[in-house]
Order: sequence, then structure tokens, then C-alpha cells
Amino acid sequence: MSVLTPARTSGQSARSRDNFSAWANRHRKWLFAAPAMIFVGLLIVFPLAWTLYLSLTDSQGSVRAASDFVGFENYLTVLTDTERFWPAVGRTVSFTLVALVCEVVLGMCIALLLWRPFRGEKWVRVAILLPLVATPVAVGMMWRLIFDPNIGFANQLLGLVGIPPQPWLSGQDSALPTTIFMDVWQWTPMVVLILLAGLTSLSEEPDEAARMDGANAFQRFFFVTLPLMMPTVIVAILLRGIDALKTFDILYATKGKGGGSFHEVETLNVYAYGLSFDYNQYGLSSAVLILFFMIIIGSMWLLTMRKKAVSK
Amino acid sequence: MTLLTESQTPASQRRGTARRRKPLRSSGYKVFRVIALVAVVLFLIAPLFWMLLASFKTNVDIYDAGKSFLFTPTAENYANVLQRNNYFVFIFNSFWVAFTSTALSLVLGVPAAYAMSRFTMHRSALVVLMARVIPGVSLLVPWYYVFSNLKMVGGFEVLILSHMFVALPLIVYIMMSYFDSLPIELEESAQVDGLTPIGAFRHITLPLSVAGMATAGILAFIFSWNNFMFALVLSGSKTKTLPVAIFDFVSYASIDWGGLMAAATVVTIPIMIIALFTQKYIVSGLTAGATKG
Repeated sequence: MSVLTPARTSGQSARSRDNFSAWANRHRKWLFAAPAMIFVGLLIVFPLAWTLYLSLTDSQGSVRAASDFVGFENYLTVLTDTERFWPAVGRTVSFTLVALVCEVVLGMCIALLLWRPFRGEKWVRVAILLPLVATPVAVGMMWRLIFDPNIGFANQLLGLVGIPPQPWLSGQDSALPTTIFMDVWQWTPMVVLILLAGLTSLSEEPDEAARMDGANAFQRFFFVTLPLMMPTVIVAILLRGIDALKTFDILYATKGKGGGSFHEVETLNVYAYGLSFDYNQYGLSSAVLILFFMIIIGSMWLLTMRKKAVSK
Repeated sequence: MTLLTESQTPASQRRGTARRRKPLRSSGYKVFRVIALVAVVLFLIAPLFWMLLASFKTNVDIYDAGKSFLFTPTAENYANVLQRNNYFVFIFNSFWVAFTSTALSLVLGVPAAYAMSRFTMHRSALVVLMARVIPGVSLLVPWYYVFSNLKMVGGFEVLILSHMFVALPLIVYIMMSYFDSLPIELEESAQVDGLTPIGAFRHITLPLSVAGMATAGILAFIFSWNNFMFALVLSGSKTKTLPVAIFDFVSYASIDWGGLMAAATVVTIPIMIIALFTQKYIVSGLTAGATKG
């Protein structure tokens, strides 16, 4: 720091360093923020603009190949496509909604169990952390073995209680629920941690007052704790929801290209990835991606509005 | 299980002041709670345990339901995966990419988070956080085109850049909430004592933020280590990371389950060990900013 060691540098260079230091300090706001923003901006703004442009062309095969401007034709094709696009929208929405509901309800139950200190708490916390940090692709492979119809542990377990073997991932109707189960296993811990942080930061007075008034545990939860927790619950939904909408790793790892031979688990993200990198339909995939992006932004906006409403 | 002893110990003997709330619960609830907690732990741990068991089985034993838990363990799967399939290379690749992208993201992200926190630059923060929201596929086609024109696809640089894109927003998000909670008075008094604002940041704020940077760095490392989609498109045969290597494992005709489980264990174990030792940081990072109004 030039201020700390002014005597060691001689005349002119000291002055120019002081000048630079003064300049840097005056502009530190942007000097600090700009590099990160430029980095993200370069990697986002330009690709996004290009995706927007590609979505208006019939680009396919190679991005380098000549393509024609076709206006909104891709959007028209996509929005009238009831074979791949709309089912993919349906799967994305049901995957996200079912996974979110399970994760928030289960997460709240587990967080309530962990709320008050108890012996062995440390071990439970370790168990909660492990699924959360496990590599999703490896997790997908792990469940593939467990849910294998012939040799999987899941069917062995069902056999013990006399339930006939299920097809799990290989069934046309059971594949999506099975992947939802995997998502719930991996990400409920995340919801638990967020809700637990919320619970611990609550003040104890309202709960205590309700107890004095003779409210039972259920009444205290639904009329005191839950309303106070609403902002945290919405944060959890927001954080988890964005990632759930974009789920790719476990779906691609368990069912491969196109979400399986009948597209059983083909969500919008898997569909767009396939269009781009398996079929090189850049124009179409860009249109799908722009629509997908709008869905994400839209749902985030709705949730943020809701959060503002409950925080008041 | 230590949990089971809880109901036998009188409440008064369990930790004194830390627990000023006396639980007014019935013993029925306590029993229910212990059972529920054991069930939760089993549900979360059992699948991982199953993966670990299978990684020590021969493929014949994996197909034998009678040998679910009793079998002669073999290390053959690991030998196969590590030697024949060259997993040491992939382990190095994953580590190098995660480490470098985390380090570079910290260099870019910490000052940015500081400026955004101290000057309340909400709109600028939103730009960086957009990176978390945007679907990765929509960026990959343009990236692939640009980077293949620059002859960078298949090199480490492009992988590190793409993983920085994952790490940076995370670091900015966590560090912003950390700097928000750090009192500004310390910097102000340092400036009264003659430090410039940047000097105060360097000599006062940064040393106080080591815990925050550790949190952000560990989480960024984990997210980069686990990242699959970017490496799937942008890595080459020499820069393949572990998640992609595991995915390639099953693209051949029949699945070598023992080998696959050994590979899955190899990718998850390092990250779980890191997580166990840095549990406190991970939890505070994942819940950063979640409880603010």
C-alpha cells in the first residue's frame, strides 16, 4: 500500500503511484464490480442475443452453414407441436410441482424434528448433508442399479412385503415418478437446511404466548410458526424451483438421449439439449429455449411477488 | 444408536443452559421422534450404502439376490476402473478444473460482492445472479461455436471458463450476504487511522472474511466438481471430467454394474469427505441470505 510506505519510493514514481491510488480509491465501486460483471455479461448477453437470433432462422446441421431468416416460424412450429413440445412442458411442470411439494412438506417435517436439540444430532446432520453433495450423475447411476427391475434392491424390498416387482425406470408411466423420487431424495436435505435456518431465527415469544393460551402443537404450528416461516418457505421454493425446472443430470444419466425411447422423462431442458446436440436443429432448439427461459422468469416473478405479499 | 438413550435420561440432566426451553412433550412424542429420525437417516444413507456394497461385489454376486449383504468383497472393480479405464486422469482433470475455476472466481467474485454489498448495487447483482437462472443449454450452442472457432474446445481453458460461470454467481451471492452482515464501522475507523478505502478492504475486511470465503470456495468447488452438462459438451478426450467419464461408462452394450458403482463411488467419496470436514461452512453457505426478509 503506497500510503503505508511513502518514504521508500522516490519522487516521481511515488507521486504517480499516489495518483493511481487516489484514482483507484475514487472509482473502487466499479473497479471492484466490473471484472465479474464483464465476465458474466460476455458469457451471457452475447450467447443469449445469438440464441434469440437463431430462433428466428432455420439454422440446422451446423451453425456455420447458411441459414435463412424465417421470422416466427420456429415458434409457430414449436407451439403447435403436440407430440414433443407440449408433453415436454407438461413433464417439466409436473416434475417440478410434484418434486417441490414433496420436498417442502417432507423438508418441513424433518426440519421440525431437528428443531430442538437432541443427542446424536451431529449424526443426523451428516446424513442430511451426504445426498446433497453427491454428484448427480453418480446418484443417477446408483438409482439405476437400485431400481433395476431384475436385480435391483427396490424390488427385493417390495418382495419382502409381498408386492409384485415394479418396472420403475423402464416403465412408460413409472419412469417420471421414479426420477421425481430421486430428486426428492437428493434435494429434500437442501430444503431442510434452509427451513431449519429459518426456524432457528424465529423469536420464541409468539410460540410461547400461544402455548400459554392453551394452543396445542398442531394449532401452534399452523397458526403461529407456519405464517412466520412463509418468507423462508418461499425462498426455499424459489431456490429449489429454479433448479428443479432445469433438472438435466439425473434424467440424462438414467434415461439417456431424448428422455428414453418413448420420451418418458423428456423435460424441456432435455428436449432442448437433444435438439441442439443430438439433432443439430439449432433454430428450433433456440425457440424452445427462449420459451423455456420465459417460463422460468415468469414463475420466478410470480414467486417474488408472492414473497413481497407475505413479508408485509 | 445414541438416539435411543435420550428417552431414558431425565430432561434436567441433559445440557443445562443451552437448552433453556424445557420440552413440554410427552414421552410418546419422544419415541415417535426417535423412530422418525432413524427412518430419515436410513432413507438418506441406505442408497449410498448400497452403492458402496455393490462396488465391492463381482458382477455374479450383484445378480444374486441371496448375496445382498453377505458376500466375499473384492477390490477388482476399483482396480479395473482406476487402472484399465484411466480414472486417475479424470480425477486429476476434475480436480484441476474445479480448483482453478474456484480460485479465479474468488479473485473476481469477492471484490465484486464487496462493492455490490457496500454500494447496494442491486441491479448489478441481479446481472450476475442471472447466471444461476438461465438454462445452460441456451448458452452452450453459442459457446461451442465461438470456442471451437478459437480452437479452444477440448482444452482446459474453456472448461475452466464454463465452470467459473457456475462458481462466480454462487460466490457473489454468498459473499454479498456475508459482507452485508460485517459491520461497516471497522472499515470506517481504519480509514480514520489513515488507511485508504481500498487499504481498509485489504487489511481489515479481507482478513475478517476468511470464513465467508472458505464457505463460498468450498461450495463453488463442489458445484464445479459435480457439473455435468458443460463438461459433456465442452470437454475433449484429454480433459474429460469424472461425471462425463461415468456417463460414458454405460454407453456400451451391457452394463458392468460393479465397475459402474466403483466409478460412482470414486467420484462421490472425495466430495463427501470434503463435506464432512467442512460441514459448518457448507450449511452456512447453502442457507446464506435465505432468512433475510
